[in-house]
Amino acid sequence: MKKSPVSMTINGQPVEELVEPRTLLIHFLREQLNLTGAHIGCETSHCGACTIDLDGKSVKSCTIFTLQAEGAHIRTIEGMAAADGTLHALQEAFREKHGLQCGYCTPGMILRAWRLLQENPDPTDAEIRFGIAGNLCRCTGYQNIVAAIKHAAILMAGAQQKEAAE
Amino acid sequence: MNIMNTAHVRHGSNIGQNLTRREGALKVTGAARYAADHHPAGMLYAVLAVSAVARGRVTALDVAAAKAHPGVVDVMTPQNAPKLAHHPDEKTNPFAFRLDILQDAQVRYANQPIAVVIGESLEAATEGAVLLAPAYQAEDVVVRFEDGEHFVPAAVGVGAPAEEGHGDVEAGLRNAAQRVDVTYDTPAHYHNALEPHAIVAEWQGERLIIDTPSQGMAIAQGRLAGLFGIAPEDIYIRSPYLGGGFGGKGLIAGPQVLGIMAAKLVGKPVKLVMRREQLYGPIGHRGVTRQHMRLGADTEGGLTAIDHHILTATSRFDDFFEPSAGVTHTLYATPALLTRYEGMRFDTGTPLFVRAPGEASGSVALEGAIDELAEACGMDPLAFRLKNYAETEPLTGKPFTSKALRACYAQGAARFGWAKRPLAARMMTDAQGLLTGWGVGTATFPAHMFQASARAEIRSDGSGVVEIGAHDMGQGAWTALAQIAADGLSLDMDKLTFRIGTSDLPDAGIAGGSAHTATAGSAIHNATGAAIAALADIAMRDETSPLFGAGNAGVVSRDGHLYRRDDESRGESYATILSRAGLDSVEGRGEGAADQAVTENYAGHAHGAVFAEVKVDPELGQVRVTRLVGAFAAGRVINPRMVESQYLGGMIWGVSFALHEEAIMDRRTGRPVNGNLADYHVPVNADIPSVEAILIDEQDSLINALGIKGVGEIGITGTAGAIVNAIWHATGIRVRSMPVTLDKLLF
Amino acid sequence: MNQFEYELAPNVENAVASGRSNGAVFLAGGTNLIDLMKGNLVRPTRLVDINRLPGLDRIEFLPDGGVRIGALVRNSDLAHDPKFARDFPAVAEALLSGASPQLRNAATVAGNVMQRTRCPYFYDAASACNKREPGAGCEARGGHSRLQAILGWSAHCIATHPSDFSVPLVAFDAVVEIDGPQGRRDVALEDFYLLPGNTPERETILAPGELIVAIRLPAQAALFAGHARYLKIRDRTSYAFAVVSAAAGLRIEGDRIVEARLALGGVALKPWRARAAEACLMGRRAGREEFAEASMLALQEARPSGENEFKIELARRLVVRAFERTAIDNTARLSPLPASIVNLTEEIQR
Repeated sequence: MKKSPVSMTINGQPVEELVEPRTLLIHFLREQLNLTGAHIGCETSHCGACTIDLDGKSVKSCTIFTLQAEGAHIRTIEGMAAADGTLHALQEAFREKHGLQCGYCTPGMILRAWRLLQENPDPTDAEIRFGIAGNLCRCTGYQNIVAAIKHAAILMAGAQQKEAAE
Repeated sequence: MNIMNTAHVRHGSNIGQNLTRREGALKVTGAARYAADHHPAGMLYAVLAVSAVARGRVTALDVAAAKAHPGVVDVMTPQNAPKLAHHPDEKTNPFAFRLDILQDAQVRYANQPIAVVIGESLEAATEGAVLLAPAYQAEDVVVRFEDGEHFVPAAVGVGAPAEEGHGDVEAGLRNAAQRVDVTYDTPAHYHNALEPHAIVAEWQGERLIIDTPSQGMAIAQGRLAGLFGIAPEDIYIRSPYLGGGFGGKGLIAGPQVLGIMAAKLVGKPVKLVMRREQLYGPIGHRGVTRQHMRLGADTEGGLTAIDHHILTATSRFDDFFEPSAGVTHTLYATPALLTRYEGMRFDTGTPLFVRAPGEASGSVALEGAIDELAEACGMDPLAFRLKNYAETEPLTGKPFTSKALRACYAQGAARFGWAKRPLAARMMTDAQGLLTGWGVGTATFPAHMFQASARAEIRSDGSGVVEIGAHDMGQGAWTALAQIAADGLSLDMDKLTFRIGTSDLPDAGIAGGSAHTATAGSAIHNATGAAIAALADIAMRDETSPLFGAGNAGVVSRDGHLYRRDDESRGESYATILSRAGLDSVEGRGEGAADQAVTENYAGHAHGAVFAEVKVDPELGQVRVTRLVGAFAAGRVINPRMVESQYLGGMIWGVSFALHEEAIMDRRTGRPVNGNLADYHVPVNADIPSVEAILIDEQDSLINALGIKGVGEIGITGTAGAIVNAIWHATGIRVRSMPVTLDKLLF
Repeated sequence: MNQFEYELAPNVENAVASGRSNGAVFLAGGTNLIDLMKGNLVRPTRLVDINRLPGLDRIEFLPDGGVRIGALVRNSDLAHDPKFARDFPAVAEALLSGASPQLRNAATVAGNVMQRTRCPYFYDAASACNKREPGAGCEARGGHSRLQAILGWSAHCIATHPSDFSVPLVAFDAVVEIDGPQGRRDVALEDFYLLPGNTPERETILAPGELIVAIRLPAQAALFAGHARYLKIRDRTSYAFAVVSAAAGLRIEGDRIVEARLALGGVALKPWRARAAEACLMGRRAGREEFAEASMLALQEARPSGENEFKIELARRLVVRAFERTAIDNTARLSPLPASIVNLTEEIQR
């Protein structure tokens, strides 16, 4: 089967590759680009471990063909920290508030939480719990994940105010 | 115990600290590499083809069609699978469960692997597996208690007796003022760790290198060495991070072995990742139970008898019987106690260990029945539990190494506000008209220890190294064990190099049974103690050392220095001692295991009390847990943050046990009806209320040198019972069949 | 997954032309189709990607008060459109009750309407299923049937339709705009779906190559804005298909109901419009007794298709609850959270 060209921007970097039409975006990221931070828990869009940000929306990369992402701007967990390695507020919060145990759901959880906070910078507990209802944590750190997202919301609001003040 | 160690005193400040996860930064950046994240050069992809029938034979596989698919490299079937040194059904030890690794065409359960397709791409191999289009000769299946013969198993769990007890249960029941005679059903559960079983296998000649999640690398090495006829030390396993284990990765599973066989067949590295749906078969599950509880109480509410009869199912081809009676042996004082089992054979994979195996299923039945008896006696369920508080272990009469359960009850109840609970059911309604109920359950889990070894080293630069093949499946071994290691060497964490997660390190035993921190921690404690003793020995023999002649008084280690115990003003640094002796390092080795003298004479258990509030829609039957408070006493807490997470996670598993989880097999075909994460419900975040875990201080000088019990599994016990009891308190309905779905509450 | 040709359709005309060819399937959000392909339940030879068809991603509020929703509008975009949520609150609630945020972001409104049943036997390629293979039999019958249909089922199929979104759409007379080889046509959504009968493999009236281009809600639907709800009963608080659900609408003048709407989800292979129940409420008070009477009428033809008799009583109770909630003026507040747990989430938020 012939492969088709596809191009997109991933974590700010242009990517041009050839893929089979049936290649799912998650497999493209993990096997072809070695971006293994997004994980596969079910491959049927139930668990959320493969969550990435695509053109400003959280999506499950196991249920998108790579070719559908032609021209897209994608962010994965590998693109969350600053270039100098400084952790993003959400990463810091998940670590500090112990919003992770085995860590397998964590990249998807953080990407989903990031978009949630873009859409709703000051969510209630309930909004968080429903907002990340598509991300399963079996360990199960739900309580501390909520705490981490709330903490990150405060950190991010603080950073924004600081930016505005400067 | 090493006598030399006892002469020395070690000081450290890491144990008990609320440190964040040492590997946390790797996990929040996606840099932590799990098994399936590996991609050695030249790697091929292997995909399982699994059986659609639960019993019978594979009669045809269209290998040609699969091979004709572009990108398919080979197809492994019973015809061409590499020959093994041992038959996989051979039982070489109690932990060698039978595997299905293409030894023949027989099918023993749905989703059993029947072929492996190897391809240049995952896509090609996946399609190749479909093109095999297997044909079967299917036989009738049994997957329900109603459909087959019952028998008394020779043993349950791993070698436990199928009948135990003392006293005259029938007399106790006959003479009781109040009795309950009830049956609780618990369904099969699957681990559903978020990371599916995966393996990247590479043969380098006769040497095997694998990346695979394992809760027991040394056991896996032994099993693989037997199967492949090679030496265990020629098998190198990397398992630094597991995406959850819950018992499912305790023993190497058939599909992992198939990945290794596939790599051997094609002579290239191979990656095999199970699909979620394929996990409902070959990796074990929590066996289904039907538990008949007969309890009696006298006029004062004192138990007169407990009879706990368990019917459970194993597979047709191997024996593992869910050992649900353990909690009944442990929890409530009774003059007459009887626990007994009957078994059945189902056409499923063999049930195995799932988080709190036995304790979780037994707990919901015992806690439910105890609650029913409290109701019959007209007593508050907490008061009833206190009335029947066991001062010694009910089954054996042994004293406990420690038991702070009263404090758990008291602090949990106070935090929850239990004192305001009305005695009768259906007395509380909230502002929205939802029925509100409060329930309690007692949590308990045995303080197991297995066998572990560790190696410690003190270096001439003043740093330390501790190595142990321990497993971090999310519980925090990277952090908690490092805290023990740093304190063992009296060093700051940043002076410590800590290595776990590979099979070339000393055997840490299995990370299961909530025993890992206690076992591996004890080995580390002893190894580091031996290293300190060896270092002290060098200094004490050296006339130029201020420690010269410290002799029997021993030394004190603190902050990378040794001091005389009889005069702490005299001491010197580790670096100084080693440099002067011209040594690069000094080493110590240590073992961790239970003290037989203690286990023979004492009962060791962790305890807890869980309080639940539920709200139930009176018309629609929807249940929601709105509040959950657990108080747990499990000996010494190495890292409160990790321990709290284990309790919270366990309690949420309890919510899941009570309200959500149930594996359903079609009674006609034996195929899973809900073998996926859409239909096999585990809680989502929105199902979870505010959950609180209280860590109760408990000092245990007997259980092991560090005073550690386990925390990984106890949270499930007690919780499901508390929720079921709260549902009764809200509605007046006793639901005795898990999970409590809304159709069971339409009244 | 099988290999297939992938084609990005530049416009509706091309899409329709390509969609006619044998083995071709339209690909929009893919949230259902791709899973079906992974399970080898459908094996298209050609995927016609319609995601970039121009003009189909717009929500147009029509001058008469109705709305025209482009086929490719994403579920989340529609649910979060403030004007849409204000005018058609039950529809927004239904959208937010479905799936998870990620899936709502990817799934299109037409794809939502087109999603296939979640019957476990349909999803298990080894089970006999008349939908997948006409004449093969229905293994769901006599199997695990707790969530199967109680209305409109046949001996050949007892599955239910899983969409939440479609339930209020049917209640409020939504119309599907279809383009195809024979040109454009409009079909009421209620008539768009087919009950299983003897041909459960035929799920909709769409002919090969036909494509949904838009979904319209009439101006009349917006008249219910103050009294319209979608309630969903499910086995976990979020992210589960309905055991039963109900979309209800009332128009109340003074103390009298002048018009009622009711459709049930999770009960049949299509959203079940309960016209007899609607009719019985005309001119009546918005009271519990009246709603109970309506609930009996709504379920009068219901019968269990297996071990699911409880769904009949549950559906009756839900109808009463849905109307009770609907009767309360909800113009002022619409929960940002799914409807089925409104009480409980309000509890949490306090």
